[in-house]
Amino acid sequence: MIAIVDYGVGNLFSLQSSLKAIGAQVTVTGDPNILRQADKLILPGVGAFGDAAKQLRETGLAQVVYNEAKKGKPILGICLGMQLPFEKSYEYGEHPGLGLLQGEIIPMAGQIPRRLKIPHIGWNALILKQKNHPLFRYIQPGDCVYFVHSYYAAHCETSLIATAEYGIELTAAAAYENIMGCQFHPEKSGSVGLNILKAFHEFPKS
Amino acid sequence: MITKRIIPCLDVKDGRVVKGVNFAGITDVSHPVKLAKFYSDAGADELVFYDITASVEERNLFTEILTEVAASIFIPLTVGGGIRTLGDFDRVLKCGADKVSVNSGALQNPNLIKEAAQRYGNQCVVLSVDAKRVQGAYHVFAKGGREDTGLDLLDWVRRGVDAGAGEIVLNSIDTDGVKRGFDLEMLKAVCEVVSVPIIASGGAGSIEDFITLFQTLPQVDAGLAASIFHFGEIAIPDLKQALAEQGIIVRR
Repeated sequence: MIAIVDYGVGNLFSLQSSLKAIGAQVTVTGDPNILRQADKLILPGVGAFGDAAKQLRETGLAQVVYNEAKKGKPILGICLGMQLPFEKSYEYGEHPGLGLLQGEIIPMAGQIPRRLKIPHIGWNALILKQKNHPLFRYIQPGDCVYFVHSYYAAHCETSLIATAEYGIELTAAAAYENIMGCQFHPEKSGSVGLNILKAFHEFPKS
Repeated sequence: MITKRIIPCLDVKDGRVVKGVNFAGITDVSHPVKLAKFYSDAGADELVFYDITASVEERNLFTEILTEVAASIFIPLTVGGGIRTLGDFDRVLKCGADKVSVNSGALQNPNLIKEAAQRYGNQCVVLSVDAKRVQGAYHVFAKGGREDTGLDLLDWVRRGVDAGAGEIVLNSIDTDGVKRGFDLEMLKAVCEVVSVPIIASGGAGSIEDFITLFQTLPQVDAGLAASIFHFGEIAIPDLKQALAEQGIIVRR
């Protein structure tokens, strides 16, 4: 069973529906016991890093996610949920993350050419840095996924598995052992996104 | 590189998809869920659902249909029509919408954009504008294109973006339903005053119209149309093939 971590941030309807569509058993919960029992966790998130990180800590779920990750449970972060496992973020100040992945979250502004719009919104092609990563089992280079973000993970060479070109190469997906994340929205990326969720669903249990 | 988006628009009335020519003479086309699934499979990059009567008759959106669409179609969904309050945002976002488009509601209450952007983020708030040439200027029209507000289009989109609108849908009443191409002149004027993504709407009649749009105005991010897709005049895979052949980057 896959548990979507519900810490009061964002709308989880589409994510839940997409997991049902690939045949996964899924629950949306903020109950630590259910999260501990689940085979896999999905960490969602929208909005600003600082607010979401605070919410995750205040609900006590940051510690639950951290402990489960350290036990080896497969975890997939999505969008802001992909950024939270890194060490820190510079979105409106400086905020600590979960520290499960090396690297930090920085603004695109100043890094990408001025002619490009921020946020990076729309469909962009994946550039696979680790073609054989289990998440990409059903993915071809050049497959497009849907992005909406203004910040991205940098200095994350140890976990970088895919990028997307937007003036520079932005981190699109990261993975280190059982901790994985997609900057894009697999639940909004058509069949390509469903295939990534399917690959996560099939990822070996710890 | 980010791809140009092709967006079918589904105008919904009484639970069915309809499309008028110059907003009159409505014809029944199809079932929203079936049509949405068809477009998603065909390669549509996004779908827009408008409740075209809501702003006139104060009717609520058919949230059951939206929920059904969002439960089976996994591409971005924008919902518009009758969005007047934060409660309306909340209602459609809970049904699986990703973005919410405001038009008359923002004209009546310009704070709506700001409040919604603060709560849900700029990326969630789409400002949809119906505009028409009036005595040498572009005026914003309300109530489904029937009422001249007297507002200047360029002032209005600038204000909207300043308030937090993350995207603009520009629908030219002058070209809507005419099928002789997008309103390049009006689009260019809007592109020059704001830097958020611009979605062109109104006037597409052929594949060439989309090619002309993206070649003439590379700063336009997406093309939106309804009847030419609904009646099968343009198949989305053919459109994308033709755009790719012209060197325009699209999702295949």
